Amino acid sequence: MTSTALRSRAWKLLEMVTTPLLPSDYLDLVSPLRAGADLRGRIEAVHPETDDAATLVIRPGRGWRGHTAGQYVRIGVDVDGVRLWRAYSLTSPTDRRDGRVTITVKAIPDGKVSNHLVRSARPGTLIQLDQPTGDFVLPRAKPAKVLYLTAGSGITPVMGMLRDTEFDDVVMVHCAPRPQDVIFRDELHARAGDEKLRLTEVHTDTDGMLDIARLDALVPDWTERETWACGPAGLLDAAEKHWSDHGVPERLHTERFRPSVVVTGDGGEVTFSATGKTVDADGATPLLDVGEEAGVLMPSGCRMGICFGCVTPLKTGAVRDLRTGEITEAEPGVLIQTCVSAAAGPCDIER
Amino acid sequence: MTAIDPTAHLTATQIEELGRELDAIRDEVIAGRGEKDAAYIRKVIAAQRKLELVSRGVLLFSSFPPAWLLGTAGLSVAKIMDNMEIGHNVLHGQWDWMRDPKIHSTTWEWDHVSPSDQWKHSHNELHHTYTNVIGKDNDLGYGIMRVDEDQKWHPLHLGQPLWNFINACFFEYGIAAYDLELGKNLNKRGRKNPEFRARAKAVGRKIRKQVLKDYVIHPLLSGPSFLPTLGATFTANLVRNIWSHSVIMCGHFPEGVQVFERRSIKGETRGQWYLRQMMGSANISGSKAMHFMTGNLSHQIEHHLFPDLPSNRYAEVAVKVRALFEKYELEYVTGPLPKQVFSAWRKVFRLSLPNKKPGVRTPDRARELVAA
Repeated sequence: MTSTALRSRAWKLLEMVTTPLLPSDYLDLVSPLRAGADLRGRIEAVHPETDDAATLVIRPGRGWRGHTAGQYVRIGVDVDGVRLWRAYSLTSPTDRRDGRVTITVKAIPDGKVSNHLVRSARPGTLIQLDQPTGDFVLPRAKPAKVLYLTAGSGITPVMGMLRDTEFDDVVMVHCAPRPQDVIFRDELHARAGDEKLRLTEVHTDTDGMLDIARLDALVPDWTERETWACGPAGLLDAAEKHWSDHGVPERLHTERFRPSVVVTGDGGEVTFSATGKTVDADGATPLLDVGEEAGVLMPSGCRMGICFGCVTPLKTGAVRDLRTGEITEAEPGVLIQTCVSAAAGPCDIER
Repeated sequence: MTAIDPTAHLTATQIEELGRELDAIRDEVIAGRGEKDAAYIRKVIAAQRKLELVSRGVLLFSSFPPAWLLGTAGLSVAKIMDNMEIGHNVLHGQWDWMRDPKIHSTTWEWDHVSPSDQWKHSHNELHHTYTNVIGKDNDLGYGIMRVDEDQKWHPLHLGQPLWNFINACFFEYGIAAYDLELGKNLNKRGRKNPEFRARAKAVGRKIRKQVLKDYVIHPLLSGPSFLPTLGATFTANLVRNIWSHSVIMCGHFPEGVQVFERRSIKGETRGQWYLRQMMGSANISGSKAMHFMTGNLSHQIEHHLFPDLPSNRYAEVAVKVRALFEKYELEYVTGPLPKQVFSAWRKVFRLSLPNKKPGVRTPDRARELVAA
């Protein structure tokens, strides 16, 4: 018998010992970051960067496969007892000796997770992790000249790149409202002082928003540079047009943070994606009734919100709890009680 | 269905107002759910797992009598925690709001021979929706007992104290049979029904795993302590079964609890549904430890009003609910465990015999209703 087969036999036996739980349920008590566990991380330190941004040092579990500079990671963090998932760029270099990684978070107004991470996250806290992902990365072959064009928290993936790979000729144009809002400002200035980086800060409170036409003045040779740009949609749209108009669109690489903008309203178009049906629903009819009316096979129970026999994944959109008026927006893993939820704008129910 | 309706003094408007007041209590708890509650259930789950692990560890040496005693006691408590404060409440969806897939009604499985999805159907859906409605809520006597004068007497009921005792000892098997609606499905047609067969198979699988764990694998692991460990796990299951049976009997069986007839729930409003839960449930009074060990089902009235609120909140909710009982002049049936268990058992004995006068309530029953 091979060792894998032997190990799987042993594991099966162990499962019989722990049934109905799994051996991992017990192992998680003592070693939540071990190899083979669901991927988690432990926050080991929180360093403030600006008034509303902080860097979190995270020790990832043994299953962490490592990242490429510029990539992001989805993290699941419990805020007021509710697990919420968000994506943040990794700001640490890929070869950090101690195996830790960092993400840098900017608190956005009313942002539940970002405000929690910046202001209330405590060292020692366990968080859930996904493997890093994203194709906003550097190429294998080093380009001769590089331009980083960033604004606000758009600097975070670029910081990961900057710290990871040294190029001979790097220019960075970074926009932030005021000098004190520039995340990593000290480090950027230190790098600029070492002449490893040519840095231009645009302070939008005093200078106004960056007009992409000014780029000719700021970086005269920008068309020769391999460019990575990250920031608000307006900046990226303008950049894409500018690079296209000058016939060098392939030189520009962009990363858009897509804060999921959910349109909420009263009623809306309901899609039952597994069945392939779409119907209009008002804001007062339970989605269970909407589905049954449309001929979708819906699990059901008490039909009054108490038995949890009808819970179903909400894939996109938002629903309103007919008892409390509370709005629930789609996120991976969010389940809703269809018997007491109505459409609050367009939504997709996995049935 | 009661001879004298203890809610007769309430107008329809009052009942709806009562419903709104209860909704307000519910909304307040929901708005206040947070980190502390999440930390509570995580702590309870971790404590249960550690206790079970340590107890089973101690039982490896159970040929040494003090180890047997300690391990058996620990395992009994661990099993009670698993079923009551954790399993029952997680399976009610009380912790679904945390969005933790590991502590969720759709993924949880418990140390019990009834698979959790089958139990959720018979308990969450049937029992909690149709609480104490004769013919709809099979928890009323579990289909094997007569628990109200208005249920028809049959000579088989003479044996119900015995059935009830046996049911208490092997309660988890009773529940599994009950969830399968075994009585109804054992006829030829039921046995051939593919849906029933699939569910029966699932129960069979669960029983096999549970029995293998408790009565084969752990005793074998104990080596020379095989027999003492076997005895210990049997005892722990027995203790857990009798305990949960007793707690559950106290929820709806004690004197003073009302039952309802089918037609009374036709077109029931939210206020009326709440009122039925209030009149159809009974509490157990006692210490914090007592509430914990019953899985907070000692707050059965509050649990039936708000089955999906986190169990650790029932104690604070109870204060407000009790005030509403007083305001609306309703009887809040509660008492210490021995008194409630005795009351429930007395009813089981009394109703094993036919009514003294058919159709007319026994005098003590009528007196209680007047008092209510």
